[in-house]
Amino acid sequence: MIHSLFLVNSSGDIFLEKHWKSVVSRSVCDYFFEAQERASEPENVPPVIPTPHHYLISVLRHRIYFVAVIQSEVPPLFVIEFLHRVVDTFQDYFGVCTEAAIKDNVVVVYELLEEMLDNGFPLATESNILKELIKPPTILRTVVNTITGSTNVGEQLPTGQLSVVPWRRTGVKYTNNEAYFDVVEEIDAIIDKSGSTITAEIQGVIDACVKLTGMPDLTLSFMNPRLLDDVSFHPCVRFKRWEAERILSFIPPDGNFRLLSYHVSSQNLVAIPVYVKHNITFREGSSQGRFELTLGPKQTMGKGVEAVLVSSQLPRGVLNTNLNPTQGTYTFDPVTKLLSWDVGKINPQKLPSLKGSMSLQAGASKPDENPTINIQFKIQQSALSGLKVNRLDMYGEKYKPFKGIKYMTKAGKFQIATR
Amino acid sequence: MSTNNLSYNDQGGSDSAVEVGQETTPTSSNAGAGFGLFSTNFKKNDDLKEMLESNKDSLKLDAMKRIIALIAKGKNASELFPAVVKNVASKNIELKKLVYVYLVRYAEEQQDLALLSISTFQRALKDPNQLIRASALRVLSSIRVPIIVPIMMLAIKEAASDMSPYVRKTSAHAIQKLYSLDPDQKEHLIEVIDKLLKDKSTLVAGSVVMAFEEVCPDRIDLIHKNYRKLCNLLVDVEEWGQVVIITMLTRYARTQFTSPWKEDGLFDENSETAFYESDEKKTKNGDEKKSYMMDPDHRLLLRNTKPLLQSRNTAVVVSVAQLYWHLAPKHEVGVITKSLVRLLRSHREVQYVVLQNIATMSIQRKGMFEPYMKSFYVRSTDATHIKSLKLEILTSLANEANISTILREFQTYVKSQDKQFAAGTIQAIGRCATNISEVTDTCLQGLVLLLSNRDETVVAESVVVIKKLLQTQPTQHSDIIKHMAKLFDNIAVPMARASILWLMGEYCERVPQIAPDVLRKMAKSFTSEEDIVKLQTVNLAAKLYLTNSKQTKLLTQYILNLGKYDQNYDIRDRTRFIRQLIVPNEKSGALGKYARRILLAPKPAPVLESTYKDRDRYQLGTLSHTINTKASGYLELSDWPAVAPDQSVRNVEVIEPVKEWAPSLGKTGKSKLSKSSDDKFYSDSGEEKEKGSGSSSSEDSSSEESSSEAESDEEKSSSQSSEESDKSSSQSEKSSSESDSEQKKTTKKPPQKKTVKPTAKDRSYLLPIVCGPGERLHGFVSKQVPVSLSLFSLCILTPCPLSCAALLLQVSGPAFVPEKSHDLLHRMTGKGLSAQYQFPRQPCLYQPTMVSVQISLTNTTDHPLEQIHIGDRDPTGLDMHCFNAIECLLPEASVTVSLGVDFNDSTQAANFQLCTKEDQFSVSIQPAVGELFLPATMTEQDFRKEQGKLLGMNESSATITMAAENTTRQPISRQVATVANLGVVPSGQDNIHRFAGKTASSGALVLVTVELRELSAALITINTEKSVMGPMLLRDLKPFQEPKAKMNELP
Repeated sequence: MIHSLFLVNSSGDIFLEKHWKSVVSRSVCDYFFEAQERASEPENVPPVIPTPHHYLISVLRHRIYFVAVIQSEVPPLFVIEFLHRVVDTFQDYFGVCTEAAIKDNVVVVYELLEEMLDNGFPLATESNILKELIKPPTILRTVVNTITGSTNVGEQLPTGQLSVVPWRRTGVKYTNNEAYFDVVEEIDAIIDKSGSTITAEIQGVIDACVKLTGMPDLTLSFMNPRLLDDVSFHPCVRFKRWEAERILSFIPPDGNFRLLSYHVSSQNLVAIPVYVKHNITFREGSSQGRFELTLGPKQTMGKGVEAVLVSSQLPRGVLNTNLNPTQGTYTFDPVTKLLSWDVGKINPQKLPSLKGSMSLQAGASKPDENPTINIQFKIQQSALSGLKVNRLDMYGEKYKPFKGIKYMTKAGKFQIATR
Repeated sequence: MSTNNLSYNDQGGSDSAVEVGQETTPTSSNAGAGFGLFSTNFKKNDDLKEMLESNKDSLKLDAMKRIIALIAKGKNASELFPAVVKNVASKNIELKKLVYVYLVRYAEEQQDLALLSISTFQRALKDPNQLIRASALRVLSSIRVPIIVPIMMLAIKEAASDMSPYVRKTSAHAIQKLYSLDPDQKEHLIEVIDKLLKDKSTLVAGSVVMAFEEVCPDRIDLIHKNYRKLCNLLVDVEEWGQVVIITMLTRYARTQFTSPWKEDGLFDENSETAFYESDEKKTKNGDEKKSYMMDPDHRLLLRNTKPLLQSRNTAVVVSVAQLYWHLAPKHEVGVITKSLVRLLRSHREVQYVVLQNIATMSIQRKGMFEPYMKSFYVRSTDATHIKSLKLEILTSLANEANISTILREFQTYVKSQDKQFAAGTIQAIGRCATNISEVTDTCLQGLVLLLSNRDETVVAESVVVIKKLLQTQPTQHSDIIKHMAKLFDNIAVPMARASILWLMGEYCERVPQIAPDVLRKMAKSFTSEEDIVKLQTVNLAAKLYLTNSKQTKLLTQYILNLGKYDQNYDIRDRTRFIRQLIVPNEKSGALGKYARRILLAPKPAPVLESTYKDRDRYQLGTLSHTINTKASGYLELSDWPAVAPDQSVRNVEVIEPVKEWAPSLGKTGKSKLSKSSDDKFYSDSGEEKEKGSGSSSSEDSSSEESSSEAESDEEKSSSQSSEESDKSSSQSEKSSSESDSEQKKTTKKPPQKKTVKPTAKDRSYLLPIVCGPGERLHGFVSKQVPVSLSLFSLCILTPCPLSCAALLLQVSGPAFVPEKSHDLLHRMTGKGLSAQYQFPRQPCLYQPTMVSVQISLTNTTDHPLEQIHIGDRDPTGLDMHCFNAIECLLPEASVTVSLGVDFNDSTQAANFQLCTKEDQFSVSIQPAVGELFLPATMTEQDFRKEQGKLLGMNESSATITMAAENTTRQPISRQVATVANLGVVPSGQDNIHRFAGKTASSGALVLVTVELRELSAALITINTEKSVMGPMLLRDLKPFQEPKAKMNELP
C-alpha cells in the first residue's frame, strides 16, 4: 500500500519524509516536480503520476503537496482519502496545517504518522483514538512535560479501538454537558447573463460539537427528512434506523465531527438568494471599458445577506480599473487581473453597486472573453432548503444536556456569466 | 560500550573522517546542500550522543526528538545507531516509541547492531499488556533483517492465536512484512492467513484480507468458508478494511457465480419491478427465469454492500460502486449513480478519480448519468484535468434529446479564458456532431463561425475538427472549404495549416479555382514551413498534378525539387516517392498507372471516439484504470464462469461454528463478549431479519414439511371463507418478503390450490383462543395465523442467538379487527360526501412500513360526485400511498378504498385533502397507538429473552384492578387485541398473558405482559425500545380493563 510520504511546499522543497517500508530515495519526487512545472496552476498537477518503478499519488491542501509513493496496485481513492485524513488530523492537532506548524511539531507528526499506518495500511485514523494515543500539544502540557519529564504519549491502548464504538473515547467527563449542531448549507449555482438559473443545487452538512459525559446515545429527528435526497454518514450513525424511520440515531464521537452530509433532492426548486445586475462592456477601438455591477437580495426569507464578497477574473487586456463602490472596498491586482470587492452586508434599501471604467491596453483589440463573477455570501439563521431539526433526545445517561442548533446558508460555487 | 566508542571514533574522530563517512553512507541525501551543513549537523550529533548516554530520561528524550527531526528532514542519522539502540528497553514510553521509529528506519543498514535489540522485543511479546505485545510485534516485524525470519515467523504464529484481537490484527500486518522480506515463507504464512480468515473479529477481517491479497490472492479456496461471514461482518469493519474486502469479494464473485447479465431485466425476481408486475406477466417470465437464478450468496453480497454507498469514506463508496458495476444485474446498477455524483462535491483529487470512473461507465450506460447531466457542467474554477473529464462525460451523455442543451453549454465554454479547455470543447463539439447526425450541420456552422475567432488555438482546433467533419460529409461543403482557404494566410498553427492543405487536395475538384492558387502561395513559403505542413504541401501538389496538370505542372515540379533537398528525411522520402508515382518516366513502371487511384482513393472518415473507450478492460476504481496501463500487482477480473462452481463449498456446517464459538469466547474473554452484545446493539432488526431469512432459506426441507401441514388446514378454512379471502390472500402474497418468493419457487404446490397459495413461512396456526365466540372474523384472519413449526425448529438448530432473535419477528395476521370506524369527513361539512375510516389491520401491500387504512366514501347527495381523489398533502408530512381517483360516485352509493400511510411510528395525524371535482376538504387521520403495530409471533422462551433486553427505560408498567369475570384468558386477549394490533404468545402459566408485535415503520419489538395478581389486580408491563409508544400504549390499555372495577380500585 502506501510506501512513503513526502511533504512538498509551494516552492518545491521536500520538508518532511516518512517511510513505512524500506527507504525510497527522495529523487522519486523529481517526476512530481516535472509535472508541477508543466502545470500552469498548482491545482493542475495530476493527482496520479506514474513513474518507472513507483506511482505518485498526491493531494494539495493548504499549499502543501502530500505526495504518497505507491509500488503496486491499490485503489487510488484509498490513498487520496487517507492523505486527506492525515491533513484533517494535523489540522485537528495543531489548529492549522502549515509548513511552519508541521516543522514545529515534527515529533508529534512523526508519532501520528507512525500510528496511522502500519506497513502502509491504515491502522488508527479516528481522531478520538489518536488523541488517546498521542495527546495534542498544548502550551500548558508542554510546560508540564518539561518540568515533570512526562510525555505526550498515552500508556494504554485506547479501549475504543477494541469496541464496536471505535470512534468514541472512554471515560469522557464534562462539567457542562453540551451538544451543538450546525446545519450549514451551500448553494452551488451557475447563472447565465440574463439572470436565469442554469444549475442550482443545495448541499449541506451537519457538523456537531458534542461534549457529553459517558456514553450518551442520541437521536436526532427532522421535521422534513424527505428533503434529504442523498446522504452520507459518520460511521457512528445507525444506518438501518435511518432507512426505517428517517431518524439519526448514534453514539457520538467526543468533540467535533461531521455527522452527516446531504444533498437536497433536485426536484425542489432552489431559491436563489441574491441577484446581480451587470453591465461590462468593451468598445472596439477605445481604450476604455465600462463596468457596472449592482447586487440585491432576492429570496432570503427575511434574513440578511452578509459577508458578501464578489470576485472576477477580468480579461488579460485590462490594464487597470477605476471603480467606485457605494460600500465596502475593492481591489484590483493588475498582474493577475483579479478584481475583488468586499461588500459586507447587503442593505435592501440601498443596494450596493460598483461602477466605473476600465483602462485597456492601447491598440489591442477588444477582449472576447467573458469574465465570470464569483460571489460568496452568508445568510445566518436559515437553511435555504428549509431543513429543520425537530428534536434531539439523549438516552443512556441521566443528566440533562444543553442542546443547541444553528442554521446557516453559504454560497458554494456561485457563478454568474456576464456574456 | 566499547563497540560504541569504536564505531563512534570510526565515524567522527576528526572533520576529515566525517567527510569520508558522509561519502560512504549509502543514503546520504542532498549531497549538494553542502558540506558545511553536514558538519554543523555533526556537531549537533556529537552532543546528541552524550545526551543519549546520560541517565536523565528528559535529556535522552530531547536527543531522540532532535534525531527524529533529522530523519524527518531526510538527513542521515545512522551513525548514532549504537547510542540509540541501547535505549530500546527504556521505561519511558515516549522515549521507547521514538527509539522504535529510529530502529525501524535504520535497522536495515546496521543489521548486526539491530540484533542487539531483538531480545527486548521477544520479552515484550509476552507482556500482559496487549498494547505492548502489539507494538513489539509491529517493530519486530518491521526490522528488515533476514537473520530474524525464524523469530518473526514464530512470533506471528503465536500472535495469530493471541486473545486480543488487536494483537491478531497486528499479526496480520506482520504477515505481509515477513512475506516481502522472505517470500520463501509463503506456505507457512498461508497457514496463518487461513487461520486468521476464520477470525470473527471485525478488527482482524480487513487486515487479514489485505494479507491474503498480498501473499496468496489466487488461493480462492481459502475464502469459500468465510465468504458469508465476511459479507455479514462487512458493515462493522473499519472503513479501510471495507475497501480491501469489497475489492477482494468482487474478484471472488466473478469466479464463483454465473453472469446475471444474460437476459437483462427479466431474470431477477427479487427486484422491485417484479414486485409490481401483473401476475400474467410473471407467469410468462417464469419459464425464462428458470434459466437464471441468482445464487443467494451473490445476492447476499449485493445486499450487504449497498448500505456502504452512504459511507463518508469516498474510497468505500467507489469500491461499492465498482462492485455493483461488475457484479450486479444491469438494472440494479442504477443505485450507485446518486452516490457517485455526490462524491463530485468532495476534494479535487477525489473528483478526478470519480470522474474517470464515471467517464468509463457513461460510455456503456448513458442512461445512468443522464439525469445528473447538470452536475457535470464545468465551472471556471475547476482544474484543467477536471474540466476535460467533465467535457468527456458530457460528450458521452449527449443524445438527440439533450444535444441542444449541451451545445448551448459548450458555446459558453468555447469563450473560456482557459484556451486549452476551449480547444477541448471544440473537439467535443466535433464528437457530438459525428455521433448525432441531426446536429452535424449546426455544429459545422458553429465551428465555421469560430474560424473568425481571435484566438489562434481556437481557430486551429476548429480547422482540425472541421476537416474531420467534412470528411464524413464531403458533399456540398465547398463554400466552407473556400472560406478556409481565405483564412489560410492568417492561420499560423501548423496542424491547422496542414489540415487546410489536406482538405484542398482531397476536394480539389470542388474548388478548381482556389486550389492552384493556394499551392502557389505554398511554393513561395515552402522552406519556412513546419514539416507537417511541408508533407501536406507535397500531397496537395501531387493531387493537383493528377487532376489539373495544365496549371500546376511547373509548380509541382518546383515543390518536389524543394522537397528533394529538404533537411528532413521524411520529406525527402515522400518527395522521391511522389515523383516516381506521378511523373511518368520509363522507370516508373506499373505503379504509375494507379497513381490516381492511390492518391485520390476515397478515404474512410475518422471515427471520433472517446479516449475512455477501452478503459473498461481494467477493473473500475483501480490504479490501473486511472493510469490506463497495467500497474504492477494488478489482479485481472476474470470472466463469469459459464457454469457456476459448486455452491456448497461456502456452506458452513452448523455444528462447526458452535465448536468454534465456545473456545473463541473463552480465548478472547471480555472484549469478545462485549463485542457480540454490542454488535447486536448496532445491527438493527432489519438486518437481523435478513440474516435470519438467509439461513432459513437453506432449511427448505423443514419448512416444506410444515407448509404441507399448513396447507391442509388452510384448505379447511378456505372452504368457509368467502371471496374476501381470495382478495386478502393475493394481497398478502404480493407483500410477502424476498425470501418468501424465493422459497415459493422451491416448494412445489399442488396445482388445484390456486386461490390459496400459502407461503409456508408466513402462516401457520395460532391457538384459536384469540377469537372469542362472539367475534366476527374477517376471512383472512384464520389464514394468516402465525407460529411456524419450521421456525421453531430452526431456533434450536442455529447456534447464534442473533439469528434467533431475527426469526422472532415474523409478522402474522391480526388477531382481531375492530369494527369501529372513525369519521373522516362528515356529510355536512363534506357537502354531501361522507367519509369514514377504519384500520383493517392488514399488512400494507404498498410498502411494508405503511399502515393500511380503509376509507369508505358515501355519497349522500342526490347527484353523482365525480373525480374523488386525494389532493395536496402537507409536504413535510407523512408518506402516503393514495388510492386511485374515483371517477364517479352515484347518489346513495358508497365505495371502500384503501390507503397506505407511513405514520413513522408516531401518533401524529396524517393530514391531506380529499377532493371532488368541485371541492376540497381538509381531513386528517389520527391513528391510535395500537394501530401502528403488526402482530408478531414468537415462543414464550424467545419472548422472555427479548424482554430481558428491553428493561430499564424501555419498560413501562402499571397496576390495575379488573373485574373477576375478566381474568380469564379469553377476555384479556380480546381486550388487548381491541386496543392494539398484537399477536398472542402462548404462555405456560395461567396467570401471565403475553402479547407481541412490532411497529410498522421501524420494526421495533413491542412486548406486552399482563400478569394477574390476587385481589383481581393485574400488572401490565410493556417493553419496547420506542420509549414514547410504551407509555401511550399503556394509557390506552388501562381504561379497557378498568371501568367495570373502578369501584374497588386500590389507593
